[in-house]
Amino acid sequence: MPGTFEPLPGGGAAVALDEVEISIIRSLAVQLLELIGPGPAEDAPDDPLAELFAEGPSEPPKDPVLRRLFPDAYSDPEGTPTADQAEEQRAYSSEFRRFTENDLRAGKRDNALAVIHSLDGLSAAGEGGAVLKLSADESRRWLGCLNDLRLAIGSRLDVVDEEDTDLLYRLPDEDPRKPMVMAYLWLGGLQETLITTLMP
Amino acid sequence: MGRVTAAAPMEIEKTESAEEVFAVPEPDVPWVTIVHNDPVNLMSYVTYVFQAYFGYSKDKATKLMLDVHHKGRAVVSSGTREEMERDVQAMHGYGLWATLQQDRK
Repeated sequence: MPGTFEPLPGGGAAVALDEVEISIIRSLAVQLLELIGPGPAEDAPDDPLAELFAEGPSEPPKDPVLRRLFPDAYSDPEGTPTADQAEEQRAYSSEFRRFTENDLRAGKRDNALAVIHSLDGLSAAGEGGAVLKLSADESRRWLGCLNDLRLAIGSRLDVVDEEDTDLLYRLPDEDPRKPMVMAYLWLGGLQETLITTLMP
Repeated sequence: MGRVTAAAPMEIEKTESAEEVFAVPEPDVPWVTIVHNDPVNLMSYVTYVFQAYFGYSKDKATKLMLDVHHKGRAVVSSGTREEMERDVQAMHGYGLWATLQQDRK
């Protein structure tokens, strides 16, 4: 099932997806939405100011996927800070988080929702698969969501260096991670071809 | 209308507290945004992001991507601390792993 996006004349992209592929992408996007969680105004939908006044978290997320999606802004992974510098970096990172993480979560949520909506429009169109057509704007949302999905799966599969990726290609069929690895590699192909349609 | 008047003082308040917390000793030293290598992001995607967000040429974007890939990191932009925070936030939005720091020469 080589998912391949093709450019559309006049902008945008198209890909043929069968029913299984549609349900895989949809289910992964829904899981990502659940992981990212609702916006700060969700608890007070009648208060138009709730979203404006809500501050984001100041601590890094506990879940490794979320930590990868929302990394610390001030800690250099190769740095060797003194205790004082490390303390300062933690304080800066947490300040940055409070003012950015809600917006970042909202952006990723919007991308995942756009993916789900376009797939739902498809399944209503017919059975046994369909050709998904995206505008240039929808393509960019798909691109962001496909990347987030791969980051999430990569994190769950413990892909931390290039060697891990090589190992994934050589997993035996009976390995319990195999289905997730197949999805990961397939999404990579989708993303790669979608980028080609967006490159200037 | 209520939104507009309410939003203005919050903006001011934010700036004040930010300046208080972020008092830096060497205000003249520029800040840089660094993108770090990770094995998940596709090389073509990283190049795409550098072109789409920074408006870099294909050559420059490709060179920066290769630096990230081979050297593990690349400085992708420099400027004031506020500008770099904006760039880092944008990189996180795209899913790239980015940090900012004051440029040590």
